[in-house]
Amino acid sequence: MSALKDFNLRDKGAEIWAGWNRPVRTAFVIIVVVLVGLLPFAPSWGPTSFLNTPITSFENVLVYPVGMFVLMALGLNIVVGKSGLLDLGYIAFFAIGAYSQAILSTLYGWNTWQALPVGMGMAMISGVILGLPALRVRGDYLAIITLGFGEIIRIVALNLSVTGGPNGIAGIPNPPTIFGFEFNLMFPEHFFWLVLALILLTIWMIRRFTVRRPGRAWEAIRQDEDVASLMGVNTLVYKLWSFVIGAAVGGAAGVIYASKVMVISPDMFKFEVSILILACVVFGGMGNIWGVALGASILAYLPERIRFIADERQIIFGLVLIIMMNLRPDGLLPRKKREKIQEKRTM
Amino acid sequence: MNFSVVTTQFWSLVLQGLALGLIYSLVALGYTMVYGVLRLINFANSEIFMLGTFAVLWVEIELLGHPVAAKPLGGFELVYTLVIALVGSMIACAVLAVIVELVAYRRLRARGASRLASLISAIGVSIFLMETMRMFTESRPRTAPRLLEKWSFGEIAGANFRIDTMLAIVAPIIIFVILDQFVNRSRLGKAIRAVSLSEENAKLMGININRVISLTFLIGGLTTGAAAFLYTTVYENTVFNVGFNMGIAAFTAAVLGGIGNIRGAFYGGLALGMMEQFASAVLGSQWKAVTVFVVLVLILLFKPNGLFGEAVQQTRT
Repeated sequence: MSALKDFNLRDKGAEIWAGWNRPVRTAFVIIVVVLVGLLPFAPSWGPTSFLNTPITSFENVLVYPVGMFVLMALGLNIVVGKSGLLDLGYIAFFAIGAYSQAILSTLYGWNTWQALPVGMGMAMISGVILGLPALRVRGDYLAIITLGFGEIIRIVALNLSVTGGPNGIAGIPNPPTIFGFEFNLMFPEHFFWLVLALILLTIWMIRRFTVRRPGRAWEAIRQDEDVASLMGVNTLVYKLWSFVIGAAVGGAAGVIYASKVMVISPDMFKFEVSILILACVVFGGMGNIWGVALGASILAYLPERIRFIADERQIIFGLVLIIMMNLRPDGLLPRKKREKIQEKRTM
Repeated sequence: MNFSVVTTQFWSLVLQGLALGLIYSLVALGYTMVYGVLRLINFANSEIFMLGTFAVLWVEIELLGHPVAAKPLGGFELVYTLVIALVGSMIACAVLAVIVELVAYRRLRARGASRLASLISAIGVSIFLMETMRMFTESRPRTAPRLLEKWSFGEIAGANFRIDTMLAIVAPIIIFVILDQFVNRSRLGKAIRAVSLSEENAKLMGININRVISLTFLIGGLTTGAAAFLYTTVYENTVFNVGFNMGIAAFTAAVLGGIGNIRGAFYGGLALGMMEQFASAVLGSQWKAVTVFVVLVLILLFKPNGLFGEAVQQTRT
């Protein structure tokens, strides 16, 4: 038991990684990316055919929920894991991205690539509008305000005519062909590669942020906000930044999602999804990109894989959450030990 | 926008707001008691409420044999039926709350895990309970038998003093007075307050922390069970996800009054119930939740600790 508890795969991995030189690292990254990129073909290859999902095809499961959840969990990880702000309404940014894409494409004929920056921009602006007042309060009050914001966005979408009310918006076009990749129902793997590209971009962005000024500021804020502010960190500005960047990732995910499924409605953006994404972050290991990506993949994939036991699958999902948290409260791949000790003192 | 409703139906809205708000505050107690000692949101409380409503149905229909189409009861039989349903729901919720603490929180607490880990574990319990109930009820809403005939004491200024509304107003007030006295006067209440001030110091003073925590879950379960009984009696139906909206509303109420504060939960629930009634009368019921949240955000901005919160903000960051 204690061996399982003390074993930290992340530290092991970091140790091996530190021992490698540049070419080895590059080669490793390329191999991993290629292997993940080949995932859509896994079910048709003998040894990995057990991955196949009943009912929804595996390629589509890889895009939504798996890819989307990984992307959103990475975005939420900036807010919850990096700067320690509990956000219970993250789905709102996803919804804003999705509705931006839906409205711009059906009413104004924009294509996905044009709508993507606008959708991200809209999500970022709403991040500022929510963050400016909400980030002045702390802890659980922030949680309830973000929860309220998530519900407000859904209820507004449910009651406005421009968002199509409870029926939502149908007939959203797929993204136009880019670099020779066609995007339609025939090629779900192209959508997966698109999402994968976004995920890699997000991971790269987070890694850059982590080693620079904003990352250090977030770390300081997470460990002790008062001390951080006494040391001259402008806490409100950096908290706002983490909120806005998280929102941008959520918005981007929303735009791609809307153009993949072609029809969206308010009940796709319920509070439960916010909670599920938060569960992905904590389950995988808060603050650690690889843990979060792994946790999101598992939690998104598992309910689809066990769809054949339709009634009980959510019950099993609940049980998995309880058991996992009891066995490994810091998640599958926790952040560095040094940081963890600090965290215990503050939380 | 229909502002004339406010003047024409003012007292009627106040009465309904009181009834709804006091049910909220009873559930809010489930959140606030646990938050007071553990500093974490007991996410499973909404599902404890949900199971409480089904416990009331089970007691009335299966145990006491009143089918859904039964005629309203009268006299002594009515009183003891309602009391058994109330007690049954309270006991069911209290037992469940204590079990939830054992399963979802105790091990994590012993290992000093972060609060978010406990939150996810509680979410797991919540999903488990809700989905189990969905399976048992096959996602169908259930109707409660109307055992209490809805006669009215009379009308004053347009407000209809119906018996079930009055019950939903009077019963919570009694429960709150008892609880307030218990926490402020009794020895166990003192232990609860000590743990909520400082777990370490309470431990040094020889207080059994685990017992106190179980006790707060028990009390939270009892009040949530009472709320479930009142809810089923007033609204006469329930469904497997009834806890969700109730949970959000009650949690909002708890935060509104200052989470961790028992009197705060009472006033927070009242304020929220009133706001919901007036907002849905003026703006239409679909905007009810939005109004409530906007008001909540405004209050938190100007009174960040809630209306009756603790004086020191740092204690719960």
